[in-house]
Amino acid sequence: MHQEYTVIEGDFTNAGTASSSVKKTLKQLGVAPQIVKRVVVALYEAEVNAIAHAYGGKVLVDIEADKIHMVVADKGPGIPDIAQAMQEGYSTARPEVRDMGFGAGMGLPNMQKNVDVLNVTSEVGVGTTVEMIVNFV
Amino acid sequence: MTLREIVEKLNATVYLGQSRLDEDVTTAFASDLMSDVLTLKDTPMLITGLCNVQTIRTCDMATLDIVVFVRNKKPTPDMVELAEDNDMVLIATSYSMFKTCGLLFDAGIQPLY
Repeated sequence: MHQEYTVIEGDFTNAGTASSSVKKTLKQLGVAPQIVKRVVVALYEAEVNAIAHAYGGKVLVDIEADKIHMVVADKGPGIPDIAQAMQEGYSTARPEVRDMGFGAGMGLPNMQKNVDVLNVTSEVGVGTTVEMIVNFV
Repeated sequence: MTLREIVEKLNATVYLGQSRLDEDVTTAFASDLMSDVLTLKDTPMLITGLCNVQTIRTCDMATLDIVVFVRNKKPTPDMVELAEDNDMVLIATSYSMFKTCGLLFDAGIQPLY
């Protein structure tokens, strides 16, 4: 099952739309609640990052029998040093992002904790792609 | 402690979830930082001063369904609508975060950590 969502820069009102929809789909498919939570927390963190840091992007979700594959690809400034961005507490978030309760430098580390596979690729001045896989068993 | 007792203790207003007031609450977590809420493995009642749509979205993702807004923060109609879809309880008190936590801790509500 393939799903696609569009992420718009600065559109915090709709942050979580993709995650919320994926949550409903996984629940309908009977995926275990603790797995659903890991998936949607990681995807939500990625969505918030794309809205907060980039100029918009796409969320691509593929649900298979035994796993979910998620790609959040944004057009944006990119991440010059991914290892630094993965460190808990490191953040470049703007004040308005912090006003929404985010921007504490916990997003990428929390994604890592919740998924089985995390690949972050980025090109400065072009954008960032976050690929995540969560196995259902 | 039931939600009804919590509402009385905090002199709070119920914005959503009247039908769930007889449910028991045993644990709570207090934070304005949604990133922190997203790291919780458990599902406590959330006490927060952050009152926007992202509070509700975050609770949805983190599977928390009871929120206490402190210091006169009142949920907006779009927040209530979104929370309604997720069968949540939203209550609001004029008490500060510190006073709210103190009263509930004293009444036996447990911390997560």
